[in-house]
Amino acid sequence: MATEELRSVFHPDVANYEQVNRDAMRLLSKPGPGYLALLGLCVTLVVIMVIAFAHEVYYGIGFAGITNPSGWGTFITTFVFWVGIGHAGTLISAILFLFRAPWRQAIYRLAEAMTVFAVLTAALFPIIHIGRPWFFYWLLPLPSERGIWPNFRSPLLWDVFAVTTYLTVSSVFFYIGLIPDIAAARDSTTVPWRKKAYTILSLGWRGTDREWKNFTRAYLFLAALATPLVLSVHSVVSWDFAVSIVPGWHTTIFAPYFVAGAILSGVAMVVTIGVPLRKIFRLEAYLTELHFDRMAKLLLLTSTIVGFAYGMEYFMAWYSAELFERDVFFDRVFGQYWWAGWSMISFNALVPQLLWIPKIRKNLTAFFIISTFVNIGMWYERFVIIVPSLSHSYEPWKFLNYHMSYTEAAILLGSFGWFFMWMLLFLRFLPSLSIAEIKEILPPPLKKHDAHAHALDDHDVRVVEELPTGYKEFERR
Amino acid sequence: MARNRTGVLGVFPHLDGATEAITRLREQGYAVTTYSPTPRHEVEEALELPESAVRIFTLMGAFTGSAAGAALAIWASLDWPLIVGGKEIVSLPAFSVIIFEVTILLGALSTVAGLLITGRLPRIGGGEGLYHPSFTAGRFGVFAHAGPEQVGQAQTIMTESGSEEVLVDQG
Repeated sequence: MATEELRSVFHPDVANYEQVNRDAMRLLSKPGPGYLALLGLCVTLVVIMVIAFAHEVYYGIGFAGITNPSGWGTFITTFVFWVGIGHAGTLISAILFLFRAPWRQAIYRLAEAMTVFAVLTAALFPIIHIGRPWFFYWLLPLPSERGIWPNFRSPLLWDVFAVTTYLTVSSVFFYIGLIPDIAAARDSTTVPWRKKAYTILSLGWRGTDREWKNFTRAYLFLAALATPLVLSVHSVVSWDFAVSIVPGWHTTIFAPYFVAGAILSGVAMVVTIGVPLRKIFRLEAYLTELHFDRMAKLLLLTSTIVGFAYGMEYFMAWYSAELFERDVFFDRVFGQYWWAGWSMISFNALVPQLLWIPKIRKNLTAFFIISTFVNIGMWYERFVIIVPSLSHSYEPWKFLNYHMSYTEAAILLGSFGWFFMWMLLFLRFLPSLSIAEIKEILPPPLKKHDAHAHALDDHDVRVVEELPTGYKEFERR
Repeated sequence: MARNRTGVLGVFPHLDGATEAITRLREQGYAVTTYSPTPRHEVEEALELPESAVRIFTLMGAFTGSAAGAALAIWASLDWPLIVGGKEIVSLPAFSVIIFEVTILLGALSTVAGLLITGRLPRIGGGEGLYHPSFTAGRFGVFAHAGPEQVGQAQTIMTESGSEEVLVDQG
């Protein structure tokens, strides 16, 4: 049997190692007018955000509509939204790595880039929200002339630690994973400035036995560290709310509820970006139907968890017999924010249930539309948690109907421009397919078949499911 | 073991050809450096590599992080004792979050330091031995560190194992 006939079950259209390099390098070619137009749009949105932010700084935070009792409006909603988007990247890159799910290889780089840029976007918002951004260093435990320190019992300080750690660790994880692929780009590019940049960024990687041995170990440990980290980050973000006694916030379900919601929104964003990317760059051989099918199942699972959490919140509000708690939850669906409340429930918990139907799951256009609904719905979820609770808490004289100001709207819009600007730049400058890791699940080129340690007994089988190397090492022990 | 900087490089289109060459070269007492486009356990098995030392860096970094996180939160709270919400000055349940995050942070950073140190990265200058750009695409490379008198034998082994191209560095 000719070796060329062996194909990976995940990438039956990928013939050999060299094809992976060719296809990944295709993305790094000269961009067309469509790309430049998109990039231009994103940069324009960022400029609008900068102008709005400059206005807010000049005229004060009240100009952005931040006032009592709704001190946390769109800014914190959007902060939680972007932190959540990042979670799917770490789930796919670290958690699925530990679970040895070979379907992660093709999409993880994309998801991981999304993590880094989403957290980078989220990190803007606390700075924007503090109103006097030049004092942002007060958040950090730095010695001051009075010898006073931040309050380590405050969830807001936990958040500083969690988000900065998450940004650092996910950036490092992203970069380390990129090194072998930047080296591949270095060896194939003909553009002089790219060659120079990739040479520096690849740290002179050559793929020697010493490098690979230590790389695979380091990657495993980074994944093992990133896994509990990602679960902790959104838990800590949820405690920003849950540790206070505001009705609608003070519940123990918040940590798992937020983590499931984060993964739901992140997977939805991977799909929202992945479907057009697959079409534009003709990546059908890498982002196969199988990948989207598995992501659909992940989306369905997390959507169901989130739906359960929504139900449980209402049950607890009723069962607690607490007047204020009941009132806030009644207000969420029948009060002035009923549109946000119903959007959240229908977009996050009901619409994704359509994915039970295999026909819809396999239809990428339908899946793309569902994922867009989830993206919008997850922003509404954070809005519904934050705004109605603050503007409708204990005392009726404190009630205030919150409206998003133009400044907030401009900064919200600009945050999407900022995120997609980085994504677009990433696509053209760094390998967005994980070249080396896709090769792990391709059958290696062999001159004689039975020499392969894990050769198939049945020579009629045309596809093999290759697992990442680490699994075999584990089996061997 | 001191390794020759000169030697013979075989470029292999097949994984089993490369592992065969590694095994035969090692039997003849050559020091071998391999190149591969993706980590393959067959290569590691043929080389019989010892366990990577990165894990020690990870462990030490994580322990240092736990200690540093605890020290920071406890010392800073004692430095300006201020009772907040009726809680203890040293509130360990609240500090556990800080301790956890710093553990992960330093664990991850020292893992990276471990990778750079044990993997000898970044590689400044040429590094030892020959290299071929096809090794990041789809070819496997085996470099036999050999003195001038051993070159002939190494070349023969490479060719017999299925190398499509044999390069010699005489220094």
